[in-house]
Amino acid sequence: MDWSALSLSLQLAVMTVLLLLPLAVLLARPLAWVSFPGKGLIDALVTLPLLLPPTVLGFYLLGVFAPQGVLGQTWLALTGRSLVFSFDGLLAASLLVNIPFAVQPVQRAFEAIPREAREAAWCCGLSPWRTLWRVELPLAWPGLASAMVLTFVHTLGEFGVVLMVGGNLDGATRTLSIAIYDRVQAFDDSGAARMSLLLVLIAFAAVGSLHFFTRKVGRRGN
Amino acid sequence: MDQPIFRIPRLLRALALPLLAAVLPAPALCVPLGALAADVSSNSPPHIAAAADLQFALPEIVAAFVRSGGAPLKLSFGSSGNFARQIVQGAPFELFLAADERFVAQVIAAGRAEGVGAHYATGRLALFLPQGSPIRADRDLADFAAAVRDGRLQRLAMANPEHAPYGRAAREVLERRGLWLAVQDRLALGDNAAQAAQFAASGAAQAGLIPLSLARAPELAARGSFATLPENWHGPLRQTLVLVKGAGPVARAFAEFLRGPQARAILARNGFGLPAP
Repeated sequence: MDWSALSLSLQLAVMTVLLLLPLAVLLARPLAWVSFPGKGLIDALVTLPLLLPPTVLGFYLLGVFAPQGVLGQTWLALTGRSLVFSFDGLLAASLLVNIPFAVQPVQRAFEAIPREAREAAWCCGLSPWRTLWRVELPLAWPGLASAMVLTFVHTLGEFGVVLMVGGNLDGATRTLSIAIYDRVQAFDDSGAARMSLLLVLIAFAAVGSLHFFTRKVGRRGN
Repeated sequence: MDQPIFRIPRLLRALALPLLAAVLPAPALCVPLGALAADVSSNSPPHIAAAADLQFALPEIVAAFVRSGGAPLKLSFGSSGNFARQIVQGAPFELFLAADERFVAQVIAAGRAEGVGAHYATGRLALFLPQGSPIRADRDLADFAAAVRDGRLQRLAMANPEHAPYGRAAREVLERRGLWLAVQDRLALGDNAAQAAQFAASGAAQAGLIPLSLARAPELAARGSFATLPENWHGPLRQTLVLVKGAGPVARAFAEFLRGPQARAILARNGFGLPAP
């Protein structure tokens, strides 16, 4: 078992979830409730990372993350750190790749909230902020839980983008799925088998927990 | 209206604190990782980019280096072409061990290298046949050539000639024997030499043209037989090392060690030829 790869993968997944979820809520609410010109385009852009081959994303990200690239240059000037072949870059790529996994479940959940529920909250004198926390988010909870679980597991499993943007640096960008690829090439089948089994178990636990959360909410809703 | 109608599920609230605690060290860890990229001469072990034919020999050499007082290193194995490209794009490697000199020349041309490359060993190509293969191992490829014609060879594993030196050498051997066109649609190309060896050893291909340093390693020798191909059948596989700009003292010391007697003995035992010291 490559422990540094495991800890790197977990950090990447947890940070992706924590950074992306608030953004997803911010983006999903207007997409769910407000109709405005260009909404279809934004919907399409949100879905795009899901449909693009990871190598295509990796290729473009490599271009903008490179020290000569737009983002890479800015990041280097701001932090003195490189975006390609570094954890920072992996996190940035992971945020982008996971947008559909985070936004879409949240958007569906907001769409399902009846307008009357929000109106009732306003009539009771709740501020928009308190309406968000006390009414909208609890109602959208199954969608939020799906978004969290999907983003987390998808980050653990991401391979193509990580390989292209991060390379295979021990302790910096070698995530668990890259470590498995690496172990197979080193003829260390038992190492690869242990890490693969762990990823299977995590994915299984994630699906199971998702089932558990949403079922509980559903029952209470009735 | 203080009692909320709906509540965030208790489980999520219970999970929030441990989750935060788990992530708090992450930004703290990001800083040294980022610093490593910006300043490669920091204290953490240097990253070494190594051609895949060193998969078994290099860990042995690093162990000898550490035993004789050297600091630990972090190894990444892959194809020389990919590494050359990554280093040119700013990957934080401090030492590049390529399987031939032309990829080192690319890094030098891009201004990312320090000094010129040093030729420290020469690679050899081998024909590897997994257990149960219908083809016999012979060093003049006689039975292999017959198997290409009579169809016993369905898949041939080799590294990608576009960016892996052993792939290029394998193509040269096949061209020399007039077999290149015949095997075109039967190639299983590995991303690097180790992946090609993995294809061959798994039995998915009936034969593989792979580095001798991998074919004779116990991990592979147990899974098949091999024959070393004549050295003059392909352009030389000059294993060349070069320091990347900003390399630290550990990487420098290891580059020295790699050309010393202990490393040379290990390289020779793993099937590499050695230049005059």
